[in-house]
Amino acid sequence: MKTLNTMNKTSKNNFITYGIVLAIFIFCAVYIETDMATFLFKGLMVPICVNVILAVSLNLTVGILGELSLGHAGFMCVGAFAGSFFSMMTQETLTSVWIRFPLAFIIGGLSAAFIGLLVGIPVLRLRGDYLAIVTLAFCEIIKNIMNNLYIAKDINGLHFAIGVGAYNEIEFDAASKQVLINGAMGITGTPNDSNYFWGFALIFITLIVILNLVNSRTGRAIMSIRDNRIAAESVGINITKHKLIAFVISAFFAGVAGVLYSHNLSSVIATKFDYNYSILVLVFVVLGGIGSMRGSVIAAIILTALPEFLRDIGNLSDYRMLIYAILLIAMMLINNNDYLHQMTQGVLGKFRLGKKSKKNEQEGVS
Amino acid sequence: MAMLEVRDLEVNYGAINAIKKISFDVNEGEVIALIGANGAGKTTTLHTITGLLKAKGGSVKFEGKELLKTPPHKIVEMGMAHVPEGRRIFQQLSVYKNLTMGAFIRKDKAGIEETLAKVYEKFPRLEERKKQIAGTLSGGEQQMLAMGRALMSNPKIVVMDEPSMGLSPLFVGEVFKIIEEIKASGTTVLLVEQNAKKALEIADRAYVLETGKIVLSGDAKDLMNDDSVKKAYLGE
Repeated sequence: MKTLNTMNKTSKNNFITYGIVLAIFIFCAVYIETDMATFLFKGLMVPICVNVILAVSLNLTVGILGELSLGHAGFMCVGAFAGSFFSMMTQETLTSVWIRFPLAFIIGGLSAAFIGLLVGIPVLRLRGDYLAIVTLAFCEIIKNIMNNLYIAKDINGLHFAIGVGAYNEIEFDAASKQVLINGAMGITGTPNDSNYFWGFALIFITLIVILNLVNSRTGRAIMSIRDNRIAAESVGINITKHKLIAFVISAFFAGVAGVLYSHNLSSVIATKFDYNYSILVLVFVVLGGIGSMRGSVIAAIILTALPEFLRDIGNLSDYRMLIYAILLIAMMLINNNDYLHQMTQGVLGKFRLGKKSKKNEQEGVS
Repeated sequence: MAMLEVRDLEVNYGAINAIKKISFDVNEGEVIALIGANGAGKTTTLHTITGLLKAKGGSVKFEGKELLKTPPHKIVEMGMAHVPEGRRIFQQLSVYKNLTMGAFIRKDKAGIEETLAKVYEKFPRLEERKKQIAGTLSGGEQQMLAMGRALMSNPKIVVMDEPSMGLSPLFVGEVFKIIEEIKASGTTVLLVEQNAKKALEIADRAYVLETGKIVLSGDAKDLMNDDSVKKAYLGE
């Protein structure tokens, strides 16, 4: 009986999260389809979706696994380039976007997950902050590799080169030459398949996968490693395996977000996926509440949209970053304010009066 | 053949030789105590047996299988449960969930329920408080929870690290009473303890560790009457 009630509590929490995302989706859909939305609003939809997916997936590593990752943009970069490359290669053969685009997501996600596995296998066996150090370096390495990677095709097939010198030495068949990835110029000509519909669909998939993972046997094992490593080891949990599961899934969705991002722009350059982007995603996670998926969604939406909307409001545009900073501080204070917390709990409590008799057990995850 | 055979076990912390070729046996159904002062290497020995630390040399055989190359989660599956030092429980979870985490490696739901009932029988206090968040339990209750959680995996042998550390005399008595009950139900116990008097009272045999070496061993009753043990550990 008890397990049933706790199930209700967590799935209720999850449905609130789904409900919030659904409500935002319906609002945006109505707003855009009735042609009321500004150009800015429409343009922001995909970046918001990208950031929400990034924040939720990073929260799996930071909040649930309890390891710090500073290279989330690196996995996004891998996904973006892999997905774009696939789309450009198959543009002519796979004309249906309904087949090509999901395949691009899967390929982008799997590439990022594979790289995540390579990074994770050695690093996650260690205790301590090594993951933060290694992912930080990894993000820079990926950025620099992508910045110097040239891929072109002609009648003879694909040609790869690292560095512009090596690229210039390749002899191409001039008539059929097509540059796919052009070093620092990035990848140009990706089909613009992304829109808010795909974005929200992916947010839902990300949330469903991650929330279900968190509430599963595997999820409990992952959280037990975070809470007490020795106790987890002593009850027979395979530490390395469960850490890897969380980290690789996190990298997979970062890759998916990268694909969504790259199919929104006509050209993608590697320098966009730098340290600052990784930290920005971490800011979403920390301000939304570590371990709270709903918080990550809300923080990512507000903090992506706000600086852009402030740009639009006449006199305020000069103070845009100032207001952004104040908001960051305010969110931090509100998050850690016991008094406010109690107040919201009290208000919520009134709605639950009839259900007071039910046993509510704290799960630590919403 | 003994259930657990430790032969010439050597463990280093960096350059420091913490365990210097110790050997001992644990037979099925026994309660074995490893006693000794602070820094003698008791916890190091246990952590090496349960796979949390790497050994430099020697062998640890559990029912004939080598443990030193086995990862910790496999060791639990083989039937060895570990009650770590300092009451390492999952602070945020309820008592009930802590206990179910103990059965993580088991998949037989009916069997888990049965073991849970047995654990509640041994620790009535845990049943009273099954919905309470574990971090709010008293020190003694947390120790009971750690012991109960270890029993949830239905082990052949329970390895306990300082179960009486930091507890009130009342709870110390209780903890040792429970160890005797665990023995009575047929589970082997390997116990590391600073409270030599209490440990020797309930143990069948004991080994005395001193700076990484076994200096004395034998029947617990004999050791209790041994002059050097009396002087060094029993304060007489």
